[in-house]
Amino acid sequence: MKGKIDENKLSEQNEIDQIVEKINSDPSELIHCLQIIQSKLGYISEYAVKAISKKLKISESDIFSVVTFYSQFSLKPKAKYEIQVCLGTACYVLGANKTLQKFEEKLGIKVGEQTADHKFELSKSRCLGCCGLAPVVSVNGKIYGKTTEDKVEEILKELV
Amino acid sequence: MTLKELETLREHRLKEIDARFNKNSNKKEIMVCSSTGCKSNNSDELIKVFKLEIEKNNLKNISVEHTGCFGLCALGPIVIVYPEGTFYCRVTPDGAKQIVNEHLVKGKVATNFLYDTTKPEQTTKNDVEFYKKQMFIARKGSEFINPDNILDYIALFGYTALYKALTTLTPSQVIEEVKLSGLRGRGGAGFPTGTKWELTAKEVAKQKYVVCNADEGDPGAFMDRSIIESDPHKIIEAMAIAGYAVGATQGFVYLRAEYPLAGERLERAIVEAKKYGLIGKNIFGTNFCFDLKIKYGAGAFVCGEETALMHSLEGKRGEPRTRPPYPAQSGVFGCPTVLNNVETYANIPEIINNGGLWYSKIGKGKSTGTKVFALSGKVKHTGLIELPMGSTLREIIFDIGGGIPNGKKFKAVQIGGPSGACLPEDKLDLPVTYDDLAENGAMMGSGGLIVLDEDSSMVEVAKFFLEFICDESCGKCTPCRIGNRRLLEILNKLLAGNGSMEDIDELETLSYFIKENSLCGLGQSSPNPVLSTLKYFRNEYEALIDKKHKLADKYVINKDKCIGCSACSRACPVKCISGEIKKPFEINQEKCIGCGNCQKICKFNAIEKV
Repeated sequence: MKGKIDENKLSEQNEIDQIVEKINSDPSELIHCLQIIQSKLGYISEYAVKAISKKLKISESDIFSVVTFYSQFSLKPKAKYEIQVCLGTACYVLGANKTLQKFEEKLGIKVGEQTADHKFELSKSRCLGCCGLAPVVSVNGKIYGKTTEDKVEEILKELV
Repeated sequence: MTLKELETLREHRLKEIDARFNKNSNKKEIMVCSSTGCKSNNSDELIKVFKLEIEKNNLKNISVEHTGCFGLCALGPIVIVYPEGTFYCRVTPDGAKQIVNEHLVKGKVATNFLYDTTKPEQTTKNDVEFYKKQMFIARKGSEFINPDNILDYIALFGYTALYKALTTLTPSQVIEEVKLSGLRGRGGAGFPTGTKWELTAKEVAKQKYVVCNADEGDPGAFMDRSIIESDPHKIIEAMAIAGYAVGATQGFVYLRAEYPLAGERLERAIVEAKKYGLIGKNIFGTNFCFDLKIKYGAGAFVCGEETALMHSLEGKRGEPRTRPPYPAQSGVFGCPTVLNNVETYANIPEIINNGGLWYSKIGKGKSTGTKVFALSGKVKHTGLIELPMGSTLREIIFDIGGGIPNGKKFKAVQIGGPSGACLPEDKLDLPVTYDDLAENGAMMGSGGLIVLDEDSSMVEVAKFFLEFICDESCGKCTPCRIGNRRLLEILNKLLAGNGSMEDIDELETLSYFIKENSLCGLGQSSPNPVLSTLKYFRNEYEALIDKKHKLADKYVINKDKCIGCSACSRACPVKCISGEIKKPFEINQEKCIGCGNCQKICKFNAIEKV
């Protein structure tokens, strides 16, 4: 088991090295570089911060401050399905809170948490820009419209 | 690219798609909305079904295309069949089969997918009430073109404004036209666009930049997303014109990470525009060169503020800074920068083509042109609308939006997002202009309009926005970072029934303090939702203080014991008990203040404290 973990780590580090190598060594590329790593690996690892720091000549602490400033970046690996419940004004007015509660109930986790099997992760969004279909839920970027409480089970069933 | 080549491309494409414009065309075209809204309602599947059914029925001369947003998101997916222009709503995959069988094979309208199924004679978009008062400039064309095909944009006279600007106008003449048009920033603050360009043009620098703010962060606003998804070339053309006017050769679009479809389409559009030589080196054979790049945001609301956006563009934390220097003097990488919002740019090609004077005659007073609004919340027709400035809120909500669903009463409309305000019923006849809104403590914002009905608690709405601000405050300045948190604490205290009149006064004082002392525009406007609800719905805040008792004591009527004498109803100071004589009465818990008068007066012990 331990060998496997190390293997995973190694291939992850290789991937980071490859990504970082392709980036121009221009400090303004920092966010772009982080975005690629986030989308490929699902999180920003300590190794990634170090590699970027060397390449772009930005201190690790500055990179850390950027990573923690933007909500898109996460320091922990993301779950397989990221369920984002929109709590924008339109969704809120039309009962998005209840939808969120139902997800919490069904998955047994709170906002910002992951299920033990790393399959589902629940987060809230401030507006997905689909207010015409409120309340809206996004799963790994796919938009589900008019997701009232009773649609929650349907969505989860589709994912399982 | 030369003018001749552009014209040839246009004429050629116009012939191919003449069904969209010519009622007597011998071709047919099915246009399916492919914006995020309709896509999430499965519009991609519709395209497949249409194609399959057309093949099955062996129909010729019919093409199926995806198109930009129709605005009526509530009734999506939307499909239009040209050349008749038949407007179908809520089309399901089965519906698509039916449209092929009824409409295309038999030549009859598939009436059960019309906007109003009870009026089968009203088949076109122009028959739909939603569109009657609208006027399209920024969104002009989006429903006629396939956003992924540059030729569709060219067919609708795309890139002719850029040609006109580059070959017949000097940079200062372009700026004059924009100034003459009276166009003001559509991102919220309403600064005159022409003046902004003039200030940047004046600066002497080796490098200048043109930036498009597509970080549409206001919850309830989606006009910029829709414009980019539907008509990306319009933004490219406008930014090139801006580049020419101010002397910049590089443009950036700062796009919100939450809008993947918009990014995909804009990226494709930039590649196509380069391929046709419409941006890049020596555009239209002139000396003017212009390149464009997309930079993606990473999820921070504050990056909609211009100085924060520029920091983020440079790869840094998106924190605002004090102004001056303004971006026109020192913007991205310290170079003079002109920064406008998506919708502002979307007006530019029309202004150049038709002249600033033409544009200045639309609208009201110092607010010229049209404004796109994203209408949502408790309103029948949610979606995107565009209409001349100066239209009233009543026209928007009731004539276009169709009013409040489920027979509920209108209570308020939230305009301008977290920086905006809630306006009550007696402000419904207010003309929507920058100045009229500002006079009433609101602001245009980016154009989100969220309708609230009688069930909405205004204090809850204020709390919602404060939670948003607390989450999204960048933390650089204390009034915004700590002040708003204190406001939220006071609101929570009030909502828990532990508040006092002093708390309401404190809310007001602290709000003004935050307004006056915050660093950036977001902080300065962050208490607006609290201040406007306090101004127009103070009674709801005060009711929370009376509620203190209510939370301690709740009364209900035991239906088995109540004989319906109405004594309690007469004794109730807030008239919250009602019913028919000789039948059990009922207490409206929403209104009840828990005084206990009813229990004291009831002779039958029918009222119980729970």
